[in-house]
Amino acid sequence: MSLLELEGINTGYGDFQALFDVSLVVEEGETFGVLGANGAGKSTLLKTVAGLLRSPSGQVRFEGKPIEHLPAQKRVTLGISLVPEGRRVFPSLTVHENLQVGAHGRRRGPWDLDRVYDVFPLLVKLKSKQASYLSGGEQQALAIGRALMSNPRLLLIDEVSLGLAPVVIRDLYEALGEVTGSGMTVVLVEQDIRQIMEVADRVSCLLEGRVVLEGPPRELTRGQITAAYFGVR
Amino acid sequence: MTWVNVVIQGVLLGGLYALYATGLSLVFGVMRLVNLAHGDLSIMGAFACLVLVGILDVNPLLSLVLVLPMIFVVGYLLQRLMLNFTLKGDDMRPLLATFGLSVIIQNGLLVGFSADSRGLDAGWIENASLSLGGGLAVGWFPLLTLVVAILVIVLLNSFLTRTRLGRAFRATSDDQEAARLMGIDNRHIYALAMGIALGIVALAGVFMGIRTTFTPGIGPARLIFAFEAVIMGGLGSSWGPWRVASHWAWPRRWASSSRRAGESS
Repeated sequence: MSLLELEGINTGYGDFQALFDVSLVVEEGETFGVLGANGAGKSTLLKTVAGLLRSPSGQVRFEGKPIEHLPAQKRVTLGISLVPEGRRVFPSLTVHENLQVGAHGRRRGPWDLDRVYDVFPLLVKLKSKQASYLSGGEQQALAIGRALMSNPRLLLIDEVSLGLAPVVIRDLYEALGEVTGSGMTVVLVEQDIRQIMEVADRVSCLLEGRVVLEGPPRELTRGQITAAYFGVR
Repeated sequence: MTWVNVVIQGVLLGGLYALYATGLSLVFGVMRLVNLAHGDLSIMGAFACLVLVGILDVNPLLSLVLVLPMIFVVGYLLQRLMLNFTLKGDDMRPLLATFGLSVIIQNGLLVGFSADSRGLDAGWIENASLSLGGGLAVGWFPLLTLVVAILVIVLLNSFLTRTRLGRAFRATSDDQEAARLMGIDNRHIYALAMGIALGIVALAGVFMGIRTTFTPGIGPARLIFAFEAVIMGGLGSSWGPWRVASHWAWPRRWASSSRRAGESS
């Protein structure tokens, strides 16, 4: 049994359909990369798994059980956690409070405040600072830490590198290595192809809402990926 | 000495206005909902107290033990079963819904209690005062009102900053969608906020009913007090409304004190 299975997902926004018949399988313990250009449907895909958006048809199964009827706040208690696009930390709360709110669902597991501060030591100094005063990289670290506080079995991360300096991105990926190394299943959405090919066990490439390429990074050629990414043949 | 008196009485009256403002501010802060029925719900609290006092024959202040939980439940259900559904979509919907609610409450109370002025009798405390010397005196009841108002604001503040649920309130206020991703059920949080807000405003309604008289139709006037204090005090600030409420109460006290001076001369 796979941890996450998507079957025939057709999520959209009103009259606009963003995903077309998307099916995916994510195995326990793997790091799964989702590639694609702007507007390919990557964020929509993650939001559908997290429960912020719903597909009018198809199935989302977590640990073999259908979850498409559950709202986002219930899926968190099952162990699905999303680091949303644009980080979305709570600006008026301190760093420490942001992390505490992350544990609102009281799900048990190995992650707690100490462990998160351990993986993201830069947050320790910022503990009592209001999150709105953090830099982009610090906010991204906080957003990932906050998601870990819910002790997820499946961590969904939307665009780690968005708008960040390369050196900051390197640090964040280093910390993420500790997370994936602990055996957590991670689905990583990214526009930065090079970065994702290094960390992912398998990748899937979306083009205009459809899965056009899938496989382990080492089995895919640069040409295949470019074609899938830009839609050129 | 008149101006000293005006300042003191103004601060005391400000306590009452601050209670009105706090509930409105909480609801607006957590879910960006402007509750036009706020004043009417406070009058409803006063009438609920009147009924309970009639049945149980107790002091209205004692009846609060029952009135406040009752109004909390009313607020929770009101939000959960009705107002939550108005929050999706444009800003007009909650305004229209609460405006309609205001009309319904006023007319419902009018049918049930007629348009007569009512008052709540709290006994000796209503007229007793503490002499400060130099012709100045402070009423025990206005003093109690102020103390309760400060206590409510302090408690609400520490609830919001120190507890798990309070943090969930603030997180939901910041970003409702991100809060859901943390496992926070925003519908439940909204309903709790409304329950607490109505509890506070019902408290204000009962204190007002002891201080002066009330009729089913005066709710909107109370709403104006609350609005002025909330807007001038700064939305989302907990002490701002209280500060403004006291400043704003001064001219009112001034007007009534100079009127009295005019009568005696």
